[in-house]
Amino acid sequence: MANEMADDASHGAAHYQGGMLRWIQTTNHKDIGLMYLIFAITMLMIGGAMILVVRLELFQPGLQFVQPELFNQLITLHGLIMVFGFAMPAATGLGNYMLPMILGAPDMALPRLNNWGFWILPPAALMLVLPFFLGLMGIGPGAVDTGWTMYAPLSVQSGWGMDFAIFAVHMLGVSSILGSINVIVTILNMRAPGMTLMKMPLFAHGFLMTAILLITIMPVLAGGVTMVLLDRHFGTHFFNAAGGGDPVLWQHIFWFMGHPEVYVLLLPITGAVPHVLSAFSRKPTYGYRAQVYGMWGIAILSVVVWAHHMFTSGMSTGSQLYFMYSTMLISLPLAVLFFCWIATLWRGSLTFETPMLFAIGFIVLFGWGGLTGLVLADAAADPQYHNAYFLVAHFHYALYPTTVMGAMAAIYYWLPKWTGHMIDERLGKLHFWIVIIGFNLTFIPQFLVGLAGMPRRIPDYPLMFTEWNQLSTIGAFILGLSHLIFIYNLVMCFRGGKKAEAKAWEGAEGLEWTLPSPAPYHSFETQPIIK
Amino acid sequence: MSEAENSSSSRPAANRRLAFRLALVSLFFTGFGFAMVPLYDVICRMTGLNGRTNAVAMPANKNTQVDTSRWVTVEFLSHSMPGVGLVLKPEQFSMRVHPGAIVHTNYVVKNESGEVFVGQAIPSVTPATAAQHFQKIECFCFSQQTFAKDEVRTMPVVFVVNPELGSDLGTITLSYTFFEAVKARV
Repeated sequence: MANEMADDASHGAAHYQGGMLRWIQTTNHKDIGLMYLIFAITMLMIGGAMILVVRLELFQPGLQFVQPELFNQLITLHGLIMVFGFAMPAATGLGNYMLPMILGAPDMALPRLNNWGFWILPPAALMLVLPFFLGLMGIGPGAVDTGWTMYAPLSVQSGWGMDFAIFAVHMLGVSSILGSINVIVTILNMRAPGMTLMKMPLFAHGFLMTAILLITIMPVLAGGVTMVLLDRHFGTHFFNAAGGGDPVLWQHIFWFMGHPEVYVLLLPITGAVPHVLSAFSRKPTYGYRAQVYGMWGIAILSVVVWAHHMFTSGMSTGSQLYFMYSTMLISLPLAVLFFCWIATLWRGSLTFETPMLFAIGFIVLFGWGGLTGLVLADAAADPQYHNAYFLVAHFHYALYPTTVMGAMAAIYYWLPKWTGHMIDERLGKLHFWIVIIGFNLTFIPQFLVGLAGMPRRIPDYPLMFTEWNQLSTIGAFILGLSHLIFIYNLVMCFRGGKKAEAKAWEGAEGLEWTLPSPAPYHSFETQPIIK
Repeated sequence: MSEAENSSSSRPAANRRLAFRLALVSLFFTGFGFAMVPLYDVICRMTGLNGRTNAVAMPANKNTQVDTSRWVTVEFLSHSMPGVGLVLKPEQFSMRVHPGAIVHTNYVVKNESGEVFVGQAIPSVTPATAAQHFQKIECFCFSQQTFAKDEVRTMPVVFVVNPELGSDLGTITLSYTFFEAVKARV
């Protein structure tokens, strides 16, 4: 088995089966990367449709469209699907497609493992949402409804949708661990001769950090949900106070995974965005070393700050102070990254093509997400904002600009390399501006109602929050529709358009641009030598 | 890197080796996830984090100096899980005590579940920093209790507030939650 796993991909040209079998059997990094991205975008649409139902319900106070039970399932699935079904596979897909080209390798290091890693995902996603649809048809109690944090004791008492979610998390975890192992091995072993770690493009650094974080935190979550499963069905009391357990223990286990997870989603994008910024400023990335160390700093700090999610769960003053200061410390390496991004733009010959617009949008909006995070990290202020809509708006400002807009910047940037065609700039820009309007219209009102005290995860609200919620709902629908333009753009670009040159963007640098567009099936048959 | 440079034939082996090691790392962290359970327990017990107080009797220290210059208010709370059918109430909701003094109080339990009830009370002390200094000498929470149908029982709690309790703390809250018994783990 181990022999098959490491099967070297550098043999011959395209020799794949036709039809569906090609996609099931493929070990090619481009095929698999593409499948990851298609899967991720599908999940983005499903998770997005779910939250649109939620926003529809929140358009007016009172209960109109969904009952609280269904509402709980919708917000829970939205969270789990977006984090595990969309954001992580999207990053893995991007990494799969681009890493070998950026490192000058023929393919990923472990192609067969890669195939397994992907094909675990569709069954896992099905497992997650199946109880939801069964519930709609009147079979069973519906999907997991505990909120994506799955806090005990609720998760121990919830219906069997929870068991499905537990197994889905197991499978998603295995998939991302396999993917991460592959990424680390590829980056450490498959670089072009002469490409030392400190000559390696930032894209690869971002993915290396992410993959290392993933193999440390995903097993902990897998262990945690296993304990929930044991508590539910096998008479253990990990989280059951009656048997000597402690529900707060779950919060520690969950956030030990959950906080680094945020950086797992962020780091690939902090790796990809500098490529875009430097290409459209037509000057090299500013502060390469500082950015690499900054990413390391973020990755290391991210695993020791988790309990800032638990300030209201009961904690001694000493621990609150520790977690408050260590959390705020993360803003230092992040500030270094922000400084380097802006310094890359400084006095560059800027042009604002679609990828550049998305990259700059990412910097601005993610900046807001980071700054509002500092407010929440303050242990004295947090009890006021915790579990209010302020928090919801904060983490959407932290996650949407990174996982969606950052990923779109990267996809639009490398799309000519994938398809051989340039995208329609007019449509790309239209997409960008609709995203900006829709996103801000959705989440700025949520900051305001949050400050006024509207709690999250509740399908009803007092009359005084109505206007802001209506604006937010309108924004959410605009934002949701903007993704259709994105999909249309992708399809049109694969179908045709202006021919792309090998170096599709004037200022683009890197090994991937030395390959013809579209790139050959096996990226580098002979490895380039870096001097 | 040097391995990859040597020749392309040794690369699959090197890749496999590294992949195997990384798999071990993730296996290690699965273990770490489970190790968090006892670690958490030990840390909470040592530091009194999370309001953990002693679950077994402390020996009464006869030589403790009673600090008559100081009063500490102890408040008593009680909960039973919804649907359990047990009514738990303290005889006194609040007491003023001197640190170092041995104090007696009672909780009253009424079994309204309509059947024999076996259960256990779990104590918790707030604020968490006071938990270490709230020492129970006798408590119905040290063991499982069995109540006959419709039984009403008065149960004692004997405790000492350690004089080392921080001088900024004037009020301690002791709370009991009664759970239906599960197969004993300890």
